[in-house]
Amino acid sequence: MKRIITATVLNKSGVLNRVTGVMSRRRFNIESISVGQTENVNISRITFVVVVDMIDDIEQLTKQLNKQIDVLKVNDITDESVIARELALVKLSTNKTTRSEIYSLIEPFRASVIDVSKDSLVVQVTGTNTKVEALIDLLRPFGIKEIARTGVTAFTRSVKIEEKPTAFIS
Amino acid sequence: MHIQKVNEISGAQILIESIKAESVELIFGYPGGAVLPIYDVLYDANIRHILTRHEQGAIHAAEGYARISGRPGVVIATSGPGATNLITGLANAMMDSTPLVVFTGQVGTATIGTDAFQEADIIGLTMPVTKHNYQVRDARDIPRIVKEAFHIATTGRPGPVVIDLPRDIVQTKTKKNEEKVLYLPGYQPTYEPNQGQIEKLINAIKRSKKPVILSGGGVLISRAAKELTNFADKYKIPVVTTLLGLGTFPASHDLFLGMGGMHGTFAANSAMFECDLLISIGARFDDRLTCNTNSFAKNAVIVHIDIDPAEIGKIIKTDIPIVGDAKRALNSLLNANFEYECNKDWLDNLMSKKSNYPLWYTEEDNLLRPQRVVETIHKYSDENTIVASDVGQNQMFAAQFYKHDFPHKWVSSGGLGTMGFGLPSAIGAQFADPEATVIAILGDGGFQMTIQELGVIQEYGLPLKIFILNNNALGMVRQWQESFYNKRYSNSLLESQPNFSKVAEAYGIHSMTINNSNNVEAEIQLALAYKGPIVVDCRVTQYEKVLPMVPPGRGINEMEGIANEADNYSNSIK
Repeated sequence: MKRIITATVLNKSGVLNRVTGVMSRRRFNIESISVGQTENVNISRITFVVVVDMIDDIEQLTKQLNKQIDVLKVNDITDESVIARELALVKLSTNKTTRSEIYSLIEPFRASVIDVSKDSLVVQVTGTNTKVEALIDLLRPFGIKEIARTGVTAFTRSVKIEEKPTAFIS
Repeated sequence: MHIQKVNEISGAQILIESIKAESVELIFGYPGGAVLPIYDVLYDANIRHILTRHEQGAIHAAEGYARISGRPGVVIATSGPGATNLITGLANAMMDSTPLVVFTGQVGTATIGTDAFQEADIIGLTMPVTKHNYQVRDARDIPRIVKEAFHIATTGRPGPVVIDLPRDIVQTKTKKNEEKVLYLPGYQPTYEPNQGQIEKLINAIKRSKKPVILSGGGVLISRAAKELTNFADKYKIPVVTTLLGLGTFPASHDLFLGMGGMHGTFAANSAMFECDLLISIGARFDDRLTCNTNSFAKNAVIVHIDIDPAEIGKIIKTDIPIVGDAKRALNSLLNANFEYECNKDWLDNLMSKKSNYPLWYTEEDNLLRPQRVVETIHKYSDENTIVASDVGQNQMFAAQFYKHDFPHKWVSSGGLGTMGFGLPSAIGAQFADPEATVIAILGDGGFQMTIQELGVIQEYGLPLKIFILNNNALGMVRQWQESFYNKRYSNSLLESQPNFSKVAEAYGIHSMTINNSNNVEAEIQLALAYKGPIVVDCRVTQYEKVLPMVPPGRGINEMEGIANEADNYSNSIK
């Protein structure tokens, strides 16, 4: 199963290495990872999607990450009310006839064309993983030359659903 | 013209001042190019530095020192090879939760990343085997980093912390920054156990007919052996210890069932197999303890008291998790002062197992058995005796046949199983307690891994009693090959050995050889009574096996060799 984990960490050199090191040492598979500064310049947020067999594995992972001195807080937000977005850039082969077709196709996805050349264009799409996947599928017949994706970044919504009791009270 | 400002001092001076501020009495180390500025300050710094003969010796000595003194061990090594030689010790300290603060030299900041002479990426290399590590980028940060490092190493679940010091940082002069406020927002260990969870535990005890306590090294770290003994005594709950938990509960106490696990006692393993309540305190369910987890305490309510939340539920599914300090948890239980009497049938059952299936060995000729050596050492020991073991058969014999009655008197490499740990850790233990009789029980293999540290014993005249259980073999490897690899003794028999007496002599250390059991008692007494350091080469039988044993992959209920086959006991209790 896929889980979305967010970690707030001190914005120091080597922290990403510490976090991914914990994961690889304990044989967790990272599907995607994205890192960026938060509203506080001294704190970064790491969002990663991991694939695990059992939910117990995630508990072990979050505990191990929490043991890192530079890690402030770790949350598995998969089951919470979350906003999760990713961005993809898709470079397509085009000609005069396909170009306008692409424009109309991407419109319902609120994607945009950010670069155009004689025989190609680049589409930028943001949204949930399923939305991005769906658009890429639709664009595939036109001939995809390149794809660059960011991975998921996420946090919980301001209005939360009722929190589940955590497994361990410490 | 160079003008030196009067209030500027070097990074190395700041460093030594910061170390002194942590009341460090002793440093184990080995100099080299990148740490020359530090050693120059140490020259007249009025702080004791022990020069070991190898960096691995320094870090294991620091571990032995930390285990006995309860204070962090401090180590200095140079960059590159000096620092990489520490990796084994760091991993060992990490596994066994030993507090260390380790300073490594590093090439100058301008050359980091250029594969400079004696450069190694120590931050990258030590990240998986340290609780935390730092590379100093500005000498003004040294006071804060040193303070943080000692704090992190010694609090919560202790562990090793590395501070990597680029050469220019320790060399250049700067104004000392007095500000050293700890800012560790991501590090807040939980000491106080949740009272609700303690209540749950009390209710579980009240309901239990077959309780057992599993006591681990965490009880020693939290200095809670007395509380543990009071608690077990008060409610008559039997106690099993882990390898590192030996000494947390007196071995001569009626309620003591022995060490549990692969080479544990039949009584201890039976208790963990049959219990309906397992109270684990400061133990982490190592696979050598649990054996096959499917048959470990499978009908029991599992209570896990540990200061490290990540240990809870990692190996064994826990019913009542209690995150906190062992001593506080035990005090909460004692203060609750509840009513409970342990079921008499359960105790009788365990006591009969304990008396019917004691640890055993055979001795029908005058050949010297390693078990006999250890048993005799124990016979002539007292509460001021510290025992350090190496790893392998010698370690298991020292765990089984030395009766560990007192806390903080046992030093052994548990989680990592580091051969070569015994001798240097015994040295560290002696420095921690100069009045103690420190006995090193080693194998001939492990002794040769760190044999060079005899130089430290010679230099400081440390009155160590070094017993080599010399079987001309890597005993535990040989045993496994005999039992599980069709007696194909691949590279486990040491056909050629140095004369250990002559090695000792070369270091100016007194020596003795014990060839058979004819006079073993008198000879061991003589060795122990010797005033200075002594190496005792005990020529023990090679074919000896550590028994009983849970074969690999089996459960703790499937022990073999619980009794002498010659006797008519059932050899394997299913």
